Amino acid sequence: MSSAVMNVNAQLEHLQSKHVGTGHADTNKFEWAVNQHRDTYASIIGHSSMLAYTAVAENESIGRKKFEMIEKMLQPCGPPVAKED
Amino acid sequence: MSDDIDAQIRAAQIARNKQSAEKASLVGSVSFDTDLYSEKGAAKFEGYSTSLPMNLDEEEDGDEGLENQTKKLSSYTAPRQILDEMASMGDDEVDPMADIRPSRKISDRESEYHARRLNRQLSPERVDAFSGKAASSEARSYGEVMREAELNREHAELQRKLQERQKEDDARRQQTDSSVDLQAQAQAQAKAAVERAKAAAASAATSTRKRRWDQEEKKSEWEEDDSTSASGAKSSKWDETPKADAPARKRNRWDETPVEASTSAWDATPRTDAGGVTPGGSKRSRWDETPVGVDQYAATPIGNLGLMTPVAGQAVPMTPEAANAMRWEKEIDYRNRYLSDEELDTMFPTEGYKILEPPATYMPIRTPARKLMATPTPMGQAGFMMQEEDRSQMYDVPPEIPGVGGLQFFKPEDMQHFGKLLDKKDELELSVEELKERKIMRTLLKIKNGTPPMRKTALRQITDKAREFGAGPLFNQILPLLMSPTLEDQERHLLVKVIDRILYKLDDLVRPYVHKILVVIEPLLIDEDYYARVEGREIISNLSKAAGLATMIATMRPDIDHVDEYVRNTTARAFSVVASALGIPALLPFLKAVCRSKKSWQARHTGIKIVQQIAILLGCAVLPHLKSLVDAIAHGLEDEQQKVRTITALAIAALAEAAAPYGIESFDIVLRPLWAGIKKHRGKGLAAFLKAIGCIIPLMDAEYANYYTKEVMIILIREFQSPDEEMKKIVLKVVKQCSATDGVEPQYIKEEILPEFFKHFWVRRMALDRRNYKQLVETTVELAQRVGVAEIVSKIVEDLKDESEPYRKMVMETIDKVVSELGTADIDQRLEVTLIDGVLYSFQEQTVEDVVMLNGFGTVVNSLGLRVKPYLQQICSTILWRLNNKSAKVRQQAADLISRIAIVMRTCGEEKLMGQLGVVLYEYLGEEYPEVLGSILRGLKSIVNVIGMGNMTPPIKDLLPRLTPILKNRHEKVQENCIDLVGRIADRGAEFVSAREWMRICFELLDMLKAHKKGIRRATVNTFGYIAKAIGPQDVLATLLNNLKVQERQNRVCTTVAIAIVAETCSPFTVLPALMNEYRVPELNVQNGVLKSLSFLFEYIGEMGKDYCYAVTPLLEDALMDRDLVHRQTACTTVKHMSLGVLGLGCEDALQHLLNHVWPNIFETSPHVINAVMEAIDGLRVALGPATLTHYVLQGLFHPARRVREIYWKIYNNLYIGAQDAIVAYYPRIEDDSRNTYERYDLDLMI
Repeated sequence: MSSAVMNVNAQLEHLQSKHVGTGHADTNKFEWAVNQHRDTYASIIGHSSMLAYTAVAENESIGRKKFEMIEKMLQPCGPPVAKED
Repeated sequence: MSDDIDAQIRAAQIARNKQSAEKASLVGSVSFDTDLYSEKGAAKFEGYSTSLPMNLDEEEDGDEGLENQTKKLSSYTAPRQILDEMASMGDDEVDPMADIRPSRKISDRESEYHARRLNRQLSPERVDAFSGKAASSEARSYGEVMREAELNREHAELQRKLQERQKEDDARRQQTDSSVDLQAQAQAQAKAAVERAKAAAASAATSTRKRRWDQEEKKSEWEEDDSTSASGAKSSKWDETPKADAPARKRNRWDETPVEASTSAWDATPRTDAGGVTPGGSKRSRWDETPVGVDQYAATPIGNLGLMTPVAGQAVPMTPEAANAMRWEKEIDYRNRYLSDEELDTMFPTEGYKILEPPATYMPIRTPARKLMATPTPMGQAGFMMQEEDRSQMYDVPPEIPGVGGLQFFKPEDMQHFGKLLDKKDELELSVEELKERKIMRTLLKIKNGTPPMRKTALRQITDKAREFGAGPLFNQILPLLMSPTLEDQERHLLVKVIDRILYKLDDLVRPYVHKILVVIEPLLIDEDYYARVEGREIISNLSKAAGLATMIATMRPDIDHVDEYVRNTTARAFSVVASALGIPALLPFLKAVCRSKKSWQARHTGIKIVQQIAILLGCAVLPHLKSLVDAIAHGLEDEQQKVRTITALAIAALAEAAAPYGIESFDIVLRPLWAGIKKHRGKGLAAFLKAIGCIIPLMDAEYANYYTKEVMIILIREFQSPDEEMKKIVLKVVKQCSATDGVEPQYIKEEILPEFFKHFWVRRMALDRRNYKQLVETTVELAQRVGVAEIVSKIVEDLKDESEPYRKMVMETIDKVVSELGTADIDQRLEVTLIDGVLYSFQEQTVEDVVMLNGFGTVVNSLGLRVKPYLQQICSTILWRLNNKSAKVRQQAADLISRIAIVMRTCGEEKLMGQLGVVLYEYLGEEYPEVLGSILRGLKSIVNVIGMGNMTPPIKDLLPRLTPILKNRHEKVQENCIDLVGRIADRGAEFVSAREWMRICFELLDMLKAHKKGIRRATVNTFGYIAKAIGPQDVLATLLNNLKVQERQNRVCTTVAIAIVAETCSPFTVLPALMNEYRVPELNVQNGVLKSLSFLFEYIGEMGKDYCYAVTPLLEDALMDRDLVHRQTACTTVKHMSLGVLGLGCEDALQHLLNHVWPNIFETSPHVINAVMEAIDGLRVALGPATLTHYVLQGLFHPARRVREIYWKIYNNLYIGAQDAIVAYYPRIEDDSRNTYERYDLDLMI
């Protein structure tokens, strides 16, 4: 692989790595899943109709659901898995 | 085996080509000339750049050849072949222009002040106090350096005193000698008595002060300086504070102590002071016992044998003249050289003679130092030397230096530095240090003299190995090279780049060498060349980051009160760069201390100068520290040294200018002293104070500004009549600044300022100096903003008929600027007549055709608009008369004027007059000077634009056939204007001309796609569109498709753009069938051209693409499966444009199909291809939605092979960034395990 190719890859990767939630070849299941969950919660909170739907289904207030989801974003999949090298 | 396969492939290709060549093409025969368009596989990427330049450096390094191609002067006319031929001419060709061309050598063009850099020397290393390591025995400590600086000062002081005394003696002797006449004698005696009395008084005055450093300056320096620079001594723009010119000394040969000449670098007695071991021994006569301490090689002490650290490379500097002499002598020597053994063998008979062994005691001289002496160098005291014993010494430039390879050039001057590489020693015999040294040398030589690719690798090598080589060996080689007197710009640039690169790597290892580097780099800060200054700044900034503030201060502190003004000046500039690199707050405590230094006024002066330079360099970034900076220097306004007061005022001016329009409160403390100073000072000091006030006034609020302006104006008006040029400039600037502030009433300006202003400044003499000229025009325009056009114009309009041409020019430029900014609404009838009259007069009376006059004329006429109607007849007759002039310049200007006033003529309803002009211009189309022809075409174009195609005289059908041959003209200006005109006609009046004529033009246009100027190519491509619209696309398209076969890439690219434009203007369905049919031509260039056209086509037509995407899908499918990378790359680009165009229009099935063909290309490694593939996938993501793409991506995210995972994650990331929210719904279900929950239960809720 020539250095130019490395450069292109490096540049794009650098650009991508600026965003939270992007992954790379060594991303494991846990990390990926955590991002999925956070995105899911963010998406539900962001679309008020989705949030209302969830609230109705669980018979909770919208505000509480929202609060819960934000709380759950901290460790959505439980304790982190040790990374294997 | 591989040959076997290749052969098979080739056979298959030939067979296929034969087959497909039988198929018909819409554009006629495809039996293209194989001589011209070779089928070789190697040629298929020709013209494509195979890699993307990723960083700027690479681009500027690698593409030197390309740059030569693309960057052309606007007036290049020679055909390409000739230029190439000239470029490829070998060194053996004699360049006839060599004598006329300005030298590229830096030393040849720099001023005396700049040349003072050569007086500096590369001092020994300094101790790195912060490393904690024991320093080498040669390194000097801060204390030692400071002591030495002090000694230098004392030394200089002593010299000055001696000179003074000598001058006095001389004067006295002269007086006594020449006074034969009694009367004269008496007079002289009286005068001498007076002088003696004065001297006594002065010494009495000074001795009471008891300040040992100032005694001399008191009397001589400042006043003397004033008078010298006023009497026309050339002052450089770099020495802001006027420097004291070293008084010319007459040397008395009976003087006991020979006084050194300090200014001349080359011929004079060498200076030995700074580098010497013992300060006392700084002046050695040549009778000294040990010859070691003698500087043998003139003043520049690089490679000085007497230094404690002999600089590696043993560089002996030569003057350019000496180098020339050496070159010449070498040639003579070459003819008279000793015969080699081989030559002798061939000459002598083989029998009857015997070759004797040299005696055992004979030892050839091999010491390099003595060898160097053998070549004639300008060293004075070397004594007699035997000529040249070593036969291995090359006389001619070696074709190849061992381990370096072919260089672009090798100058004899390089021999001094790189001679070691040629001595053919066995590598095994050398020590590690020597080997390292040679390695560095070789790398540097490659960087300096090598071809761009060599240079690039060498640069990388030296960067990577920087720490391995170590700072010492590296800088000991690089820095002497930079001090070489025959250095050229390019070489300097490259070496500076090397320093820049290795600085990063060396980091704190660089500390002991900071001063050495500064000595070499500081002169860059005052270079005439902007880029050199930027480069210098960058290096010093990196250096200060690598070495740290403490080291920088410790290193530069001794130079702050250096005896040489040059050193202080450059040091101040370097300090300002340090401040910008490490932040002002870090440097502030030091600055405060220096500005208050009690020890020497030089230190205070330099300290304040640093503040000034910081303000200039950092601009508005000084604002947060403004108060502390002003506080640090404020006391300097009342310093006892005049120079310090002046520089303080200048520094305050710089700070105010940088801070404008904020920060007035910071200047409160200096207002009063400034005010007092204005009343106290005269001459240069006053100028500086005025400048400071002038810069502060714009920061004030209206009320204060008004008050201060009125106060300062009295002094300004008084200084209007000052004969001093510098004062004039400053006064003009201050007037400009004052009148621009809100608080100043127009009435006040009209009554108080204008009369005096015009009386003193609007005189012929002001037009002669360029800077005065510019400043005066600016100030007058500023005044006009306040008092109106009529006021100013009426005052100067009469001068349009002045007899001095430069003065008329200045008047015209002012009128031009004033009128274009403020219009002519308040110019009355009478003034209007005078104005037009004056403008016409000055236009006609020009002896040097100048664009200023043309602009002025154009601006005035355009601004007057309808009011110019009565004068148009007269103007036109002037133009017609001048169009007939013998001088090409005059004709060109007249034609240019037509294009400027065409619109006004239309406004005034003078169509008939324009028709007349049109006919005349048409008649002049035979013009032979391209510049003039270009202007005539532009004139015609403006007339056609204004009066329309139908009314044009001559009629379009006569005009266009005349233009067709002109399209062949290779001059850029002609091409540009001609193609513009033709395009205009094709756009608006195509029906006036027959289709056949348009086709003829089409063929001519193909050549214009080769033009260097982008504007021309763009106009050409657009013209194809207009013509196709006028005469139908078929013929134009056929022409264009044929053009796809040419070899030149730029031509093909432009053709593809033209095809796409034709398709856009004539609807795609008229073009697509022929275009797709052309894809069957079995030639790479054509097929790629077709794909590229499609790509542009879909880019241009956007949504319209929905009707065509099914039609082109089979073609794209084929292209995406082609073996050729470029096919796939271009097809991917097409897919991108197409998918973005048809988004949401129901073509998903086709796109999905294409995605399946694009997807396998994700593993491509060529940067262009992979870029195109990623973009295609991005485009498809938009059109197909993220769900589809997610399914593709999920296949490889956790693939066992890392390479696969890498690219899949890259695509995933793009997808994720593009559609983060949308893909929430498409993530796969991941089952929980014993420890973690992975299911997203929130999405499973059902009501």
